[in-house]
Amino acid sequence: MIKILKYSFFDLIRSRWSLIYFLFYLLLAFVLLFLNNDISKAIITMMNVIIILGPLIGIIFGIMYYYNSLEFTELLLAQPIKRSSIFLGQFFGLALSLSLSLVLGLGIPFVVYGLFQSGEIWNFISILWIGFILTFIFTGIAFYIALANQNRIKGFGMAILFWLFMAVIYDGIFLLLLVWFKEYPLDTFALLSSVLNPIDLSRVMILLKLDISALMGYTGAVFKNFFGSGVGMSASISILFLWAVVPILAIVRKAKRKDF
Amino acid sequence: MKKIAILFTLYLFFSLQLDAAQFTVCGTCEIASIKEAISISEAHDTIYVKGGIYAEYDILIDKPLTLIGHDFPEIDGELKSTVLTIASDSVWFEGFIIKNVATSYVEDYAGIRVTKSRDFTLINNKLLNTFFAIMLEASNHGLVENNEVIGAAVDQINSGNGIHLWHCNNIKIINNHVTKHRDGIYFEFVDDSEIIGNYSHGNLRYGLHFMFSNRDTYKGNTFEKNGAGVAVMFSKFIYMYDNVFKDNWGRSSYGLLLKEIYDGELIGNTFERNTIAINAEGSNRIEIKGNNFIGNGWGIRVLGACFNNNINGNNFMYNSFDVAYSGHMNDNSFDGNYWSDYTGYDLDRDGIGDVPFRPVKLFTYVVNQVPESIIMIRSLFVYLIDFSEKVSPVFTPDKLVDAQPYMTPFE
Repeated sequence: MIKILKYSFFDLIRSRWSLIYFLFYLLLAFVLLFLNNDISKAIITMMNVIIILGPLIGIIFGIMYYYNSLEFTELLLAQPIKRSSIFLGQFFGLALSLSLSLVLGLGIPFVVYGLFQSGEIWNFISILWIGFILTFIFTGIAFYIALANQNRIKGFGMAILFWLFMAVIYDGIFLLLLVWFKEYPLDTFALLSSVLNPIDLSRVMILLKLDISALMGYTGAVFKNFFGSGVGMSASISILFLWAVVPILAIVRKAKRKDF
Repeated sequence: MKKIAILFTLYLFFSLQLDAAQFTVCGTCEIASIKEAISISEAHDTIYVKGGIYAEYDILIDKPLTLIGHDFPEIDGELKSTVLTIASDSVWFEGFIIKNVATSYVEDYAGIRVTKSRDFTLINNKLLNTFFAIMLEASNHGLVENNEVIGAAVDQINSGNGIHLWHCNNIKIINNHVTKHRDGIYFEFVDDSEIIGNYSHGNLRYGLHFMFSNRDTYKGNTFEKNGAGVAVMFSKFIYMYDNVFKDNWGRSSYGLLLKEIYDGELIGNTFERNTIAINAEGSNRIEIKGNNFIGNGWGIRVLGACFNNNINGNNFMYNSFDVAYSGHMNDNSFDGNYWSDYTGYDLDRDGIGDVPFRPVKLFTYVVNQVPESIIMIRSLFVYLIDFSEKVSPVFTPDKLVDAQPYMTPFE
């Protein structure tokens, strides 16, 4: 597995797309910091980019990489190698290279603009960490969708739809429900629904860290209590991990049974 | 003859002046306590108090005296009662430290209490660990200047106000520093008074609090990190100029609360990093001009029954919500402001955008309806609905619009 991981990883790092992804983040962060010298404000804008674009790029790269390297995968399958190590190797190779682009692309400009001197280092690290885990979650899901669908168009469509659902439609339904049931106490519901979606969960975790919680009034207090407590924090972190682990397990399971 | 008469009157005048005796109080002097000095002095005498600690309380000044402290003599109330009560006109009190006033749930003990007097001057004093620090009751034409008022308030129930005025008029409160009290400065039934250049910060409730007070001016003050900056309630003709409201940040915090106030002016103030910069309810005919709203959660939150207010020529920059509004009817003018969220263009280059700006976003409207939905803030979906509402407004009051948004911020 490690060998395949290494191979995929270096293959991807040398690929044009990783470079473009890296350059995109690099440029974005530099422009943001140039326009707005305040690191803490730049971090908030960065958050929007990470929680929307991170998953999207993860999904698209995941699905493209799988379909593109299908022939090579079939060649590997002909060798005496465990199936799970082939797919997991590819998956980790991809997820790691994407995360590397993200970390370096964002990290370099912020360090240049004096991140270490500012008090924002922990906020920045938590943003990077969340970008990292979101990349893993959505690359994993993309891999699973690709494995499950022989038809490329269908796979691609499903993957995009999944991202759209998580990033936009879910929030729409959530907001509608809130408005519909506004006569009822909604704190627990709001808490539960935002914890279940990894994108919402990441957003809320970052916002609470950045002290926007004061804006949120009573609801913010409920959230702050939940995320501030050890139980709440570990629960939300484990939910994020669960979102990352379940697709991996599903990949392994699917790979074992799939007839190539 | 006439000349002699004038000279004689002048002589009489000066001799009367000279008759005003002077006493010196110090630990080793003949007169060792302030109370004693007051009891032997007559009207218009001057008492000098030298540095040292005087353990006295319930001091009563009942005749027009001048008390001047050298090297900040400390009057220690030993947590027993009110320290000093002024119950006479024309009292001058300068340069003392007053500390340790008793906390009580029945009596309003104070560091300095001025009652039913006029023309008093309280200047350059320090009031430390007092329950109420300076309390003015039914007094007028006084000056409270350059005092340092540092309380030790921990919670609202058992704490008093820094500078507390009740039924007063024509008072000037200038350049004081008030911290750690319930309300920094409190006005109830106070008319025609001025509050200038004070620094009120770290108070539990309000930096400055008006109740039933009319025709007052506050100018050039700074209100920082209070429970809430300033509350103006049930008052008319309040003039608010060039103040700074900042970092009043917390769950139910705001920079300025306007409640049932009429005909005021709010000009040239700066609101920075408050959860809600202005929270207005039942406020009519207020001119809000030339203010800066920077980085607040809400810029102006209008809760209801606000009519005929003019909000013109302000800068709204980087607030999470510029304006929140409940209800569909708008009778206030929002024209001619600068909004950092404005994305329109200016083809004729006259500095005014050609497309009107709608400061109330759909999401703001939703949040007003369902407070819990604030959890969706900065979600992609919210950006989408805000955008679509901007293109064709359905829910937000369609008359709440800035028809002349400025392209560049005001200086």
